[in-house]
Amino acid sequence: MDEILEILEKDARLSPEEIAKLIKKDVKSVKSAIKKYEKEGVILKYRTVLNKELVREEENYVRALIEVNLVPQKDLGFDHVAERIYQFPEVTSCYLISGTYDLLLVIEGKNIHTVSNFVSEKLAPMENVRGTVTHFLLKKYKEDGVILKHKEENKRINISY
Amino acid sequence: MKDVISKKVLDMQPSGIRAFFDLVLGMKDVISLGVGEPDFVTPWQIREAGIYSLEQGFTSYTSNKGLYKLRLSISRHLKNKYGLDYNPDNEILVTVGVSEGFDLALRAIINPQDKILIPTPNYVSYGPLAELAGGVPVYIDTRKNNFKLSPKSLEEKIDTKTKAIIFNYPNNPTGVSYRKKELEEIKKVILKHNLICISDEIYGDLTYGFEHTPFATLTGAKKNTIYLDGFSKSYAMTGWRVGFACGPQDLIAAMTKIHQYTIMCVSITAQMAACEALQSGRKSVEEMKREYSRRREFIVGALNKIGLGCVKPDGAFYVFPSIKNTGYDSLEFAQRLLKEQKVAVVPGTAFGAGGEGYVRMSYATGLDKLKEAIARIEEFLPA
Repeated sequence: MDEILEILEKDARLSPEEIAKLIKKDVKSVKSAIKKYEKEGVILKYRTVLNKELVREEENYVRALIEVNLVPQKDLGFDHVAERIYQFPEVTSCYLISGTYDLLLVIEGKNIHTVSNFVSEKLAPMENVRGTVTHFLLKKYKEDGVILKHKEENKRINISY
Repeated sequence: MKDVISKKVLDMQPSGIRAFFDLVLGMKDVISLGVGEPDFVTPWQIREAGIYSLEQGFTSYTSNKGLYKLRLSISRHLKNKYGLDYNPDNEILVTVGVSEGFDLALRAIINPQDKILIPTPNYVSYGPLAELAGGVPVYIDTRKNNFKLSPKSLEEKIDTKTKAIIFNYPNNPTGVSYRKKELEEIKKVILKHNLICISDEIYGDLTYGFEHTPFATLTGAKKNTIYLDGFSKSYAMTGWRVGFACGPQDLIAAMTKIHQYTIMCVSITAQMAACEALQSGRKSVEEMKREYSRRREFIVGALNKIGLGCVKPDGAFYVFPSIKNTGYDSLEFAQRLLKEQKVAVVPGTAFGAGGEGYVRMSYATGLDKLKEAIARIEEFLPA
C-alpha cells in the first residue's frame, strides 16, 4: 500500500503539506496522488471514528448483526437483492458471506424496537429473503482495528539512555 | 567503613546528570524526548507467546548459551537478512540485552592496561565497563567530522597497547550510521592493527534510506568481530532483556564462561518470546520503522527551521541537534527547557565530553507529542 494511504488511514487530518514533509516528497505530488485516489474511489471518505458508547445522547442506541438467507435471482445472483437491502439507512454494513447464510448486515437503531421493526416489516417480508437470524450486540471491544478502550498511559519511564 | 567499597567502583565516574534524571522522573505532565526506548509496546503475538510459554510450564533454566531453538532462529535470521553464517552450536550466545553482551566481550578480551577505543559521543556504559574490566578507554572525538569516525582519526589513536574498538552504528546518541564503502575503510585500519571490533548494532534494523551492513559481513572482518544485537529496539522488547552475541568460536566460548557463572541463562519466558519475534515479528519491525522514518523527517525539518541545526540521522530514533547558538551549555539547556516548558531531553554530556554543545532528542514518541514538543522548544528559545 502506498505510504500516503497508510498515513491517511491512521490520521486523515494530516494536510498534504504535512504528509509531504513526513515522507520527503513535494507537496504537489502528494496532492495529486490524493486527488487520484479520491477520483478512483480508493479514498471514499474522511471521517471521525467515534466511540458511540460514550456519546451521551446515544445511550439508547443499539446495534445488531443479522444473518440473512436469500433466494438468488436468475441472471442477477445476489447483487440485485443485496442492493435493495443495503439502501435502507438502518443498514450500516452489508457483506456477502460464504457458509450457512448469504448476507451479513449490521443494523443500527435507536432501540430494540426500531431494529425489530426493521426486520419484521422491511427485511423479512421481502420476496427473496428466505429467513433471518438477529443477534443483538452487547459490547464492542474493537472495531476496524481500533480498540475501544480509553488509552492507558504510556508505561515507559520518562528518561533513559 | 571507608574500605567497604572497592577502589575500582569508587573510581568509577558517576553519571554527571543523575540529578537531572531524578528531576525529570519527579515531574508530571512532561513531554519527554528523553526516552531511549520505543513508544510501541511489544507486538501482541510476541507477548502472547511469552504468556503461552508460562501456561505450558516453561519455567526452568535453559542451556547457558540460550535455547537451541532461539540460537537456530537467530542463525537463520542473520543468514537470510545479511548472508551471515554463524553456527548456532558454538558461535552464538543469548545475552541479557546487548548490555550484557559488551560487558562479556570486554571482560573476555581485556588484559590489564589494554586500551579500548571508543568513538564519542557514545553510549554511557562503554567507558565504565572497559575500566571495570581493567582496560583503559581511549576516546576518539567525532564532533569535527559530523560525528562520523574517520579512518584517519582511528589510526591516530592506535598504539601497541590498543586491543579493541567499541563501534556502535547506528549510533546512540547521534543516529549516525555508515554505508558499506565507509565501513570498508574503517575495517582496513582495524585489520591492519589486528584489533577486535566489538560491534554494537542494536539499532541496525532501524536504518533509513540504505541497507544496514553488519561489520562481520565485510570481507575478512568476521574473525575479528564480536557482533552484538538484540530484540529491544527493533521489536520494542526493551524490558524483556534479550540480546545476542555472535563471533568466532573461541571468543564466544570465553564469553560463555563468564556468562555461565554470572547470569547462568536468560529468562526462559523472554527467550520463548524472542523466538516468536523472529518467526512472526518482522512485519511489525517494518511498520515501526516506517513510522520512525516519518517522524525523523518531521523532527529534523522542524529543528533546523527553529534554529537547532542537526545532521539528519541515518538510523536509530535519535537526533542530536547543536544548542551552541542558544548560549547555554548542554546541561543548562536541558534543565531550563524542562523547568520552563516541561520538555525533557538528554544533555549531550551524558554521552561523554564529545557531547557538549548538543542534546539528544528521541523521536520514539507519537507525532502529536513531537509537534507539541517542537512548539514548546520554539517558545523556549531566546528570540
